[in-house]
Amino acid sequence: MMSTSRQKSLKTHQRVSNVFAYILLVVLSIIWLTPFVLIVFESFRTETTMQVGYVIPKVWGFANYKTLFDKNAMDFIVWYKNTFIIAIICAPIQTFMVLCMSYTLSRMRFKGRKFLMNFMLVLGMFPGFLSMIILKKVLSGWNMIGANSVYGLIIVYTASSAMGYYVSKGFFDTIPKSLDEAARVDGATRARVFLNITLPMAKPIVIYTLLTAFMGPWGDFMFAKYICNNTSAGMNVAVGLQNMIATSEGLAAHYTQFCAAGVLVAIPVTILFMCLQKYYVEGVTGGAVKG
Amino acid sequence: MKRLTTSEYIRLNFFQKILYKLACFFAAVFKLFADIGKGIGKGVKGLFKGIGKDLKDFATIFAKGSWRTKVSYFIFGFGNLACGQIVRGLLFLLFQVAFIGYTFTIGAGWMAKLDNLGDIGAHEEYSPIYDAYVRVDGDDSFKIMLYGVLSLILCLVFIFVWRMSFHQSYENDQLLAKGKKVPKFKDDLREIVDAKFHKTLLTVPIIGISMFTVFPTLFMVLVAFTNYDGAHDGYSNLYTWRGWQNFAELFNTTSSNLGYAFKHILGWTLVWAVFATFSNYFLGMLLAILINKKGIKLKKLWRGIFVMTIAIPQFISLLYMSKLFAKNGLINAFLIKMGFLSVPFDFWANTMASRILLIVINIWIGVPYLMLIATGILMNIPEDLYESAKIDGANPWQQYTKITLPYMLFITGPYLLTSFIGNINNFNVVYLLGGGAVPNPKLLTSGGTASDVDLLITWLFKITTGTESNYKLASVIGIMIFIVVSIISVIGFNAMPSTKNEEDFQ
Repeated sequence: MMSTSRQKSLKTHQRVSNVFAYILLVVLSIIWLTPFVLIVFESFRTETTMQVGYVIPKVWGFANYKTLFDKNAMDFIVWYKNTFIIAIICAPIQTFMVLCMSYTLSRMRFKGRKFLMNFMLVLGMFPGFLSMIILKKVLSGWNMIGANSVYGLIIVYTASSAMGYYVSKGFFDTIPKSLDEAARVDGATRARVFLNITLPMAKPIVIYTLLTAFMGPWGDFMFAKYICNNTSAGMNVAVGLQNMIATSEGLAAHYTQFCAAGVLVAIPVTILFMCLQKYYVEGVTGGAVKG
Repeated sequence: MKRLTTSEYIRLNFFQKILYKLACFFAAVFKLFADIGKGIGKGVKGLFKGIGKDLKDFATIFAKGSWRTKVSYFIFGFGNLACGQIVRGLLFLLFQVAFIGYTFTIGAGWMAKLDNLGDIGAHEEYSPIYDAYVRVDGDDSFKIMLYGVLSLILCLVFIFVWRMSFHQSYENDQLLAKGKKVPKFKDDLREIVDAKFHKTLLTVPIIGISMFTVFPTLFMVLVAFTNYDGAHDGYSNLYTWRGWQNFAELFNTTSSNLGYAFKHILGWTLVWAVFATFSNYFLGMLLAILINKKGIKLKKLWRGIFVMTIAIPQFISLLYMSKLFAKNGLINAFLIKMGFLSVPFDFWANTMASRILLIVINIWIGVPYLMLIATGILMNIPEDLYESAKIDGANPWQQYTKITLPYMLFITGPYLLTSFIGNINNFNVVYLLGGGAVPNPKLLTSGGTASDVDLLITWLFKITTGTESNYKLASVIGIMIFIVVSIISVIGFNAMPSTKNEEDFQ
């Protein structure tokens, strides 16, 4: 008798706390999703002024999207193309760099290994933007800034990307060394061990690196803004869109187009991300644990 | 300092415990600095020892080596060529010829000008051909510094290759003396995919890092000691060395407001980093616990909703949020409509409001990441720990502080440190979100006016891109960021519970 009533009270207790948890989750979800819903609504609004005092558009239409694709009206297609080219070229190069560095540091023991790791750690403590000042001068000598920023940015993003080897090294550290040793005993060279044994097992980390490298250029603002020299033809989407609404006149004129552009940028990246989410989560959690 | 045992510690009263903890902290900090000092001392000692050993080798190898080795001291790669290592030998020789050719024709000129970075810039000169004054190019401080430093580095490389040349020849001597064959080019080729595979893999990344990070960073550190800025662009108006003056100006809080601005912005940077990191950390963990809670259904859906915010490029949500809270933005319109406000409130013009808003919106941006990380780790905590805690009568709060939190801190220690440093340099959030913030006239410096939400890194950006292009100040601030970040990392690494051995579990 006693125990059943206690069980009952425990159950009701849990039920009540679960109801609270659900309410909290719903509220939080609404807070997290509202801005995106608002962006989508505003992108379909045909009244172009920034503030109309209501959320759901009175007149729906694709006018904003049409303007974005109108080459004479704005350079959105150029920005989009620039960013896409940078992302698609950077992803494989950056992955190659990171794999080389992380595999070597994880698997091989050689003179200067510890020094190399410490050196990169200390080097990474300097703000990356500092070296951009001279790189811009050098790149301008090679005619890779301004309208040609795409080339400059590809170099800037990929050249030193091996310094971000940590997550990948953490992954390689978890693959047992005995596998390598067995293959070495059978007479495989180190290159063969890397290409034929380790790489096939490293699929999650390869996809993770590709994904982060592909998403990086869509979000980079600092380098892109500095390199493009305010030339519209060399901007990426982030800089272009920020530039578009930077002034109050620009904001008043282009606010709804900005929302539409946001939707267009977010769709492909979100789809890609959602498809490869599993690998991303593995990488992020692995990275957090390994440091 | 005397360490107490657990039983002794428990017997202390509350204030004694605090005092003891404080004493431990200071002892740890002192020990830390002593260790760093020792480490640097060791490094310097090692460096001199290494140089001493190399000098000794230089003499002994010359004395002991065969005639081939002796000739290799003057003609690079001779030892290799004489033993039949044609490719290696030719590469050495080619390097020597190229280096000497370059240094004596061009390099020496650049290096000679390094002492004052050029004497005369572009100027007008009388030209008898045109019978008029025409503009002629003079020195270019930027080029002098660039090529001068590069030439100096090349000299160091030369010494290194020199060392390699006679060492290799000496190795060959020893192999031949033992009656063994010297490795040929074919053997070298096999080596680079086998025993020396690490060198093959590292070549491209290291070239990239040295050219595009190491050298530029070195260059910008040097710029901190010059007067390089928009007015002294190095071309029409040369710049030159000025010692520690830039640093002195930054720390001078009396005469200029540069010192004030630096103090102000550094303070806010640290406050921001603390709040941004820990608010995300704890709220993200709570969210993960909430979703992981027993009896909550559709866990995947809830997680998916929050993960979606990661997928959408940050700059879109940041810019949108910034406009949402603008004076004529949606939030103000909503508040007025609801009757909370009669006139729009300018969030970004108010120091306190803009700072709080920045931290709150950063929570909105960052919590989903932490939720993802925490979810994986929380699931790894053995369930029976909680079971036994429940049986012992622990309430949820005690379970959290005694089981969940220590476990999380233990595992995510390194992540916490890196995200703290990431927040110190969090350019995107502050620049895109606080872009509308009104500049604070007290923070007016030669490079441009910063606002109250600016971090060191955004200030650095504004100074560089501002009308005066104050590069010297930018590089001084960059060095300051480096110092702040390195101090925090050293303290952080030492405070971490686990100094894991990386060879474990392999």
